[in-house]
Amino acid sequence: MNWGSWLLSGFLATLALSTLLATVHGLGLTRMNLPYLLGTFFTPEREKAKIYGFVVHLFNGWAFSILYVLIFESRHSATWWFGAMLGLAHALFVLTVGMSLMPGLHPRMASEQHGPTARRQLEPPGFMALHYGFQTPLSVFAAHAVFGAILGALYHLA
Amino acid sequence: MRRPTVPENLTEPDKQAPTLHNTFPWPKIGDYAIIGDCRSAALVSRQGSIEWLCWPRFDKASIFAAILDRARGGHWHISPVASASITRQYVSDSNVLETHFSTTSGSAVLTDVMTSGFNRFHLKDLIPDHEIIRRVTCVAGEMEFEIDFFPKASYGKSEVEIHPIGKLGLRFFCGAGVYWLRSSVSLAISDRADRVHGRVVLHAGESVHFSFSYSEEAPTVLPPLTELDAPIDRAIEAWRKWGGRANYDGDHRAMVVRSALTLKLLNHSPSGAIIAAPTTSLPERTGGALNWDYRYCWLRDASFTIRALLELGYWEEAEDFLEWMLQATRLTQPKLRILYSLYGDIAPVERELDYLSGYCDSRPVRIGNAARDQLQLDVYGEVIDAAAQFAFHGGHLDRTLQKVLIGLGNYVARNWDQADEGIWEPRSGRQNHTHSRLMCWTAMDRLVRLCEHGDLKSAPAEDYRRNSNAIRDQIERRAWNDRLQSYVSVLDSDELDASLLLLSWYGFAEAKSPRMQSTYRAVRLHLGTPDGLLYRYRTANSEGTFAICSFWEAEYLALGGGSVQEAQELFAHLLKYANDLGLYGEEIDPKTGGTLGNFPQAFTHVGLIGAALSIRQREMGEPQLAHRPPAAHSHTEIKAT
Repeated sequence: MNWGSWLLSGFLATLALSTLLATVHGLGLTRMNLPYLLGTFFTPEREKAKIYGFVVHLFNGWAFSILYVLIFESRHSATWWFGAMLGLAHALFVLTVGMSLMPGLHPRMASEQHGPTARRQLEPPGFMALHYGFQTPLSVFAAHAVFGAILGALYHLA
Repeated sequence: MRRPTVPENLTEPDKQAPTLHNTFPWPKIGDYAIIGDCRSAALVSRQGSIEWLCWPRFDKASIFAAILDRARGGHWHISPVASASITRQYVSDSNVLETHFSTTSGSAVLTDVMTSGFNRFHLKDLIPDHEIIRRVTCVAGEMEFEIDFFPKASYGKSEVEIHPIGKLGLRFFCGAGVYWLRSSVSLAISDRADRVHGRVVLHAGESVHFSFSYSEEAPTVLPPLTELDAPIDRAIEAWRKWGGRANYDGDHRAMVVRSALTLKLLNHSPSGAIIAAPTTSLPERTGGALNWDYRYCWLRDASFTIRALLELGYWEEAEDFLEWMLQATRLTQPKLRILYSLYGDIAPVERELDYLSGYCDSRPVRIGNAARDQLQLDVYGEVIDAAAQFAFHGGHLDRTLQKVLIGLGNYVARNWDQADEGIWEPRSGRQNHTHSRLMCWTAMDRLVRLCEHGDLKSAPAEDYRRNSNAIRDQIERRAWNDRLQSYVSVLDSDELDASLLLLSWYGFAEAKSPRMQSTYRAVRLHLGTPDGLLYRYRTANSEGTFAICSFWEAEYLALGGGSVQEAQELFAHLLKYANDLGLYGEEIDPKTGGTLGNFPQAFTHVGLIGAALSIRQREMGEPQLAHRPPAAHSHTEIKAT
């Protein structure tokens, strides 16, 4: 594995992912604010949560990119289109498994079954994160496809 | 104190058509109350119906607009089923509204508050972006309430689709945001899924809560209904603290503080802008076409507003407003537009919403404002005077701000002799307005004084002085009418308007000078009503008397145009035209004393505060601000970054 290349391509891909998600949020295509969602794991303070969440997401992306790189190495091939395919699969996992587990994992998230409580007040994402807007799944698919494509294009095999 | 309990005998929700709201006639404009969070505002009728709300900010499309169309505007109604006598009040010096209902069977209180925004003091908690909390508490006997929740998107144009989401509440999407309605009462969604209805019987001590929230960011915060008393209490405390800071110890303090609280509600806290009013198209003549959108910021209000805020001790708001003015005008400096949006953009193009009936059939309903393209030279004087007042109070003008002021001053020096649309924004063309000349004189005068005091470096003070003298000379020669023995509103004319009283306010002419005394007599004779009110000018299209003009009159008397007793009496008389909550609109109907125009109106409340301050200063023997020498020490610094 090419550690230097992974560090650089993983970092750039994660930055692109974050930028794209922030852009679609700013354009009103989705209400999902991923840094806020992640940051509220650690603090209820809105502004602090967004900062914490951004840092967590950055390291998350870096960590996940190892999996991409390991798959590239195992196939002895790293191309943008294969990276994009992996990104789509990654997004599908996040939207289905990840989001459905969120009310159980997130300490401040309410559930449709029990409603909000004094501690759990955040709206759950629902299936495919559709609670956060009808175009949220599309945004997540697109952002992860770009994430994978950048990794595939920039990573140099060992 | 015992907390009210949730009733156990909630009536079963049903899908029958709501019965109450459609039977209510149009409320009078003065029958509305305002609640807000310094980013948006809602108008609540005496019957407990929210009939105007724009989220996420004042100038966005409405989600409730029954104030402009009873059938299709949208509303959120909570009211006793039986006929009730109704009284209202704000909880002490706060913007938390209480509506008291009394029926033959009991009495209850509806509490309305917007909890986010201004009082975001509890930042360590999860709080919704925008939220209205409504609480109904039965205090004696029993009472049955009907709830009718009927939101309509885009100024009543589009229906919404409401869905139940498990135990989270009821949800609908609209544009880029999501709305949530949560209730401790069982509510039924209509077959078309666009309306929610319910009834509940409350007994003494019982209470139900409603939370309506909006967010453009997910995950949205959904506070549990059992926790809604705490934010209400916190809101009361935060507003009370803010109102209690008002530095005014004269008569009618409660009304002055109420005006300050209303101004604060119209202050868009993220930007510092202060809007003229939170509504659009409430008519200046019922059934007429004088219906305008006031949800923008007029630079004209600047000097009056800054003075009111500074003298009441609200430095932070005054600084924010001054900064907003400088930021908003940055792209157009040294030219100024007369009005801007909340973030300093050009106000939207005016258009008519012909599908709305308008308040009491006052068509058309307009959004946007065509006055954005007018030339009004008075705004230069108002902006410069606002900065000067800030400096005279001890504020420091940094180098960037000094450059801005010099740029504006140089523009005035080159252009003061032009015709313009003037303060009243007629859509009939440009004229040489005396008030515009007065404000150009004010601009030159204040810049000269700032230069003399050392607040303005590298300014062409001599040029300003020369122009100041030239403007004065022109006003004295061409704005004075020998036949009328009065200044006139347009040069070389015989027209009068109430802004002539401001010649004294800005220090151009002493209030007790012979010319001002006879001008005042002429203004009162031609523009006054037997009830002591003033029209802004005479027009073929009948409209109401202009509320701030009457406060200008009281202030003119306080400045030396009359005795302090005359000023006090007129001021006390004018207070009778406020609604039961102390709120004013733009105009007063001379026949009924009722409110006309957009509501509540910042300009009128600024006028009330200004008059109260001038009267108090006269009582104390202090000079009015415009005539006061600059302060010796700097209090704070404002930066035009």
